[in-house]
Formats: sequence, structure tokens, C-alpha cells
Amino acid sequence: MLIVKKLSKHFKGFVAVDSVSFEVHEGELVGLIGPNGSGKSTVFNLISGNLSLTSGSIRFDGQELAGLPSHRVCHQGIARTFQIPRPFRKLDLLENVAVSAFFGSAVPIRREEAWKRAKEALGIVKLSGDSNVDVARLGASGLKKLELARALSTRPRLLLADESLGGLDETEMEQAGEMLEHIRSEMGITIIWVEHIMGILMKVVDRVIVLDHGEKISEGLPNEVADDPKVIEVYLGDKNEVGHKAADTTVESLQSSDYISRKQC
Amino acid sequence: MIFDIFLVEAIINGILFGGVLALLALGLNLVFGVVDVVWICYAELVMVGMYSIYWGNNHFGLPLVICVVIAIFAVALLGFLIHFLVIRPILGTPPINQLLVTGGLLFFMQSLATLLFTGDFRNLGLHLPVLELAEMYISFSRLIAFVTALLAMVALYMFLKRTYLGAAIRAISQDREVVVLMGVNPQRVYLVASALGGGLAGLGAALLILQYDVHPLIGISFGPITFMICVLGGLGNMIGGFIAAFVMSQLISLGGFFLETEWGYVIAFVFFIIMMFIRPQGLFGNRS
Repeated sequence: MLIVKKLSKHFKGFVAVDSVSFEVHEGELVGLIGPNGSGKSTVFNLISGNLSLTSGSIRFDGQELAGLPSHRVCHQGIARTFQIPRPFRKLDLLENVAVSAFFGSAVPIRREEAWKRAKEALGIVKLSGDSNVDVARLGASGLKKLELARALSTRPRLLLADESLGGLDETEMEQAGEMLEHIRSEMGITIIWVEHIMGILMKVVDRVIVLDHGEKISEGLPNEVADDPKVIEVYLGDKNEVGHKAADTTVESLQSSDYISRKQC
Repeated sequence: MIFDIFLVEAIINGILFGGVLALLALGLNLVFGVVDVVWICYAELVMVGMYSIYWGNNHFGLPLVICVVIAIFAVALLGFLIHFLVIRPILGTPPINQLLVTGGLLFFMQSLATLLFTGDFRNLGLHLPVLELAEMYISFSRLIAFVTALLAMVALYMFLKRTYLGAAIRAISQDREVVVLMGVNPQRVYLVASALGGGLAGLGAALLILQYDVHPLIGISFGPITFMICVLGGLGNMIGGFIAAFVMSQLISLGGFFLETEWGYVIAFVFFIIMMFIRPQGLFGNRS
């Protein structure tokens, strides 16, 4: 479905993404992990057209995405969420999602249809309730759900979920993990999931791709990747560097996750 | 204290004048909020609108209402073309370049108007009645201008609130990076906003030509004050611009009442400069 080949992005000499290749198949739920600054979000920005790539190719169902403006990428059937929620604060909750449903649809749709899709999407993320609510009053968890609802209301075939769980408590994280799993299995949407907190990710994803310093260092089934010496090295290794705190928490969550304990049984 | 009827008259005139200024400020703010470029030449669009009404009415003998409709569409088209031909190619450049380009357009339009229409002052030769209300004289044309400006602003508000395109305009003025990921084609929204901004200038022209002569430099009378109102209200902040328009028009009117008409402008501009020291982001702005 998505074929990324030798994707590179340079920022004035700094190499953010270095010749990364991977494939995602229809119906898969793939985890994209790596320490802070490893290039995960940049890969998302390149696929969604927020950034233009330096070299390489991104093919979605055979169509080249490189060079397409973001709104065209959206119409191809790719939606994304942001690590830090970016709601439109001047618009109410339902408007936020309805704008996305109306303009994000690949074919023009009627006003009423957009409202319907927006309400559906809010229902899927369990944010129904009062749609006229001011988005400023949503908490961290509510804003994450709004991000997801906006993405879903465009009826994507591929969802790029960027660190959906940052800033949530344990129960909320469990729920969000289940929600992505639900979106994949019930709605048949292919998902690439970028995440820092690996415990939950490792439990739900089919496959994991690991980036470090813009390069792909490992790829495979969750248990294979967790045992990969290169991955362990990255997560345990450079503790003296900036960003080691994030790596720390990741390692802890990796080791304490149910997944690891299950494996040891 | 004696109830001063002339003071009340000055206040009312200030409010009526504020309506038209608010309309112009709204147009400029709309374009800035969406496209993120200040049209320094905005009042010159008004000048073009005034000329088109003048020529349509005086030389082709078209009914005034038809001329107004033509002017609104003509200036809307001009706004569309300004974006399409001039602004679009320089969108990614530093703001100073964009200011210089729209500033250049100002002089271009002024000079072209002088060349085509000469520097003569022209008016429609209308003689609208002056209303006498409890010994106060209120100009009918100002009243029409005020009411029409208010209606236009309500219509624009409804458009922004009730339509998807309006919602996209509000959304893009807040986060242009995210809105494109939802399938909104930013260039389309920019063109719509530019045409709307032009249309508002065309309507403003219709309201101003009821009260003022048109000449190639008429923009000088309204351009700087409109720009200052927008900055005072917080650039891009439509509500702020609306309130600032009435603050400035009241200063001009009352300054003119207590001193002389010219003093009204001096006081308003001094007020603006002092406010820039105190609140550089504008009265209601949060941008730096």
C-alpha cells in the first residue's frame, strides 16, 4: 500500500532522515519508534506533504506522493494526527471535525453529509456528548481524541498517528491503544503509529520499524525488535546525550511492559 | 452643565463615520488574517471602486444601484487578480518584501488613476437630504453608509460562522499548516478572501462616494487611518478592528468638535502612536 524508498531529508546540512526505506501493507498496524530526534515525525511530515523531501520516493497505491501539496495527499486517503494537538480554537468541537470532513473528502460532499461524518467520527473516538463545546475546555485526552476524530472524518485509508499517547494517564493510554486497534480491525484503516511509550505499542502492533539518527536500524515483529542488540544499544546506550530522559522512560516502559513479562513466562 | 446638543451631534457623527471605517478595517483584516499579507494599497481599491461608480453613473447613465453592484464585483475581481498575479508569487518571501510590493501597487494605482482620470475632483452631484433631529443635523448619506456597513458586516459574520468556506477561513487564519492536511486548498481560500476583501472595498467605495469627491489621491484620506485601526485592534483581529474603528472615529469627531477638524486627525494619530508604545500588539491583539 505504502512504499517508501530511500527517503532523505536534509535541513541545511543536518540530515534528519537518511535513506529510509520501508513498506506498509493494507490492513497493517505498524509501529514507528526511536528516541527523540530520530526522525519519526519528520517521516510523517514528508509523507503528509508538510515538508518537501530532499530525495527518495513515497508511493501510495502506486501513486507518487513526492511533490504533492498536503491537501492533495489528504484527498489520496492519508490522514495524520499531531503529537501536540492542534485544534482550531476559534471553531467549536463539531466545526473542527466538520471542516475536516467537508474539505478532506476525496470527492465533494454535501453539507449535511459532512456533519454526519463529523458526528460519526466523534462517536468513534467517544467524544460525542455536546458538540458545541468550546475546544479550549477539552483536557489533554479530549484534545487527542479530537485530533483522531478530525483525521478519521476525512475517511482515510492510511492513518499516520503521531505519538497519540503523550500526556495521558495509564487508563487513557490503554483506551487509546485499544481505539487504534479498533480503528484498524473494525474500520479496516491501515495505521502507522509513532509512539514514545512502547509498552502499549508493542502489544498491539503487527510490526515495528526503529529509527535512530534518521536511519532505519531495525524492522520486524515486536519480539524480534525488542531482542535486537542494535535497538537495545540505542535505547540503553547514549545516556549522556540530550534526549536521554525520553530514552530512559522508553526503556522502562519497554522492560516493564506486559509484552516483555509475557515473553518471559 | 448645559446639555450640549452640538456635542451629541459630534458623537453621533463619530459613530456614523466609524461604521464605514470599521467596514474598511474588516476587509483589510480579513485579507491579512487569511493570507498573512498587509495590502498597503487597500484604500486604492476603494478609489477604483469610487471611479467605477462615478463613470458608470455620470457617463453611462446607469442607475446608481447598478453602479454599486458593478463596483463591488469589479473591485472583488481586482482583489482576486492582485492575489493571483502579485501576492501569490511572493507568498514565501520576507514580510518586508510583501509590504514593499503592495506599497508599490499603491503608487502604481495612484499614478495610473492620475494618468487616466487627471487630478480633477469629481462627485456624483447627489443632493441627499440632511435630517433634522431634535435640533441636530445628521447627514442622510452618513446614515445610509453606517447602516449599510453594519449590514455588510453582519452578512460577513454569518458567512464566516455558517458556511464551510467561512469555517476554513477562520481555521486557516489560526493554523495554516494543519488546515491543509484536512484537504483545504489554501490557494483557493486565499483567493476567496482576497475577492471578499476587494468586494468590501467596493462597497466601502459606494458608501464613501455619497459623501466625498473622488480623485486619484483619495486613498491617502482613508488608507493610513484604516491601517492604523487594524494595527490598533490587533492585526487580523476582526472584533478588535471593529472596536478600534469607533475609538478612532470618535477621537476624530470629538477632536474636531472641541478644536478644529484637522486637529481631530492629529489627536487620533498621536493617540495611535502612544498606544503603540504602551500596547504594540494592539488593544486586542496577542501577536507580537
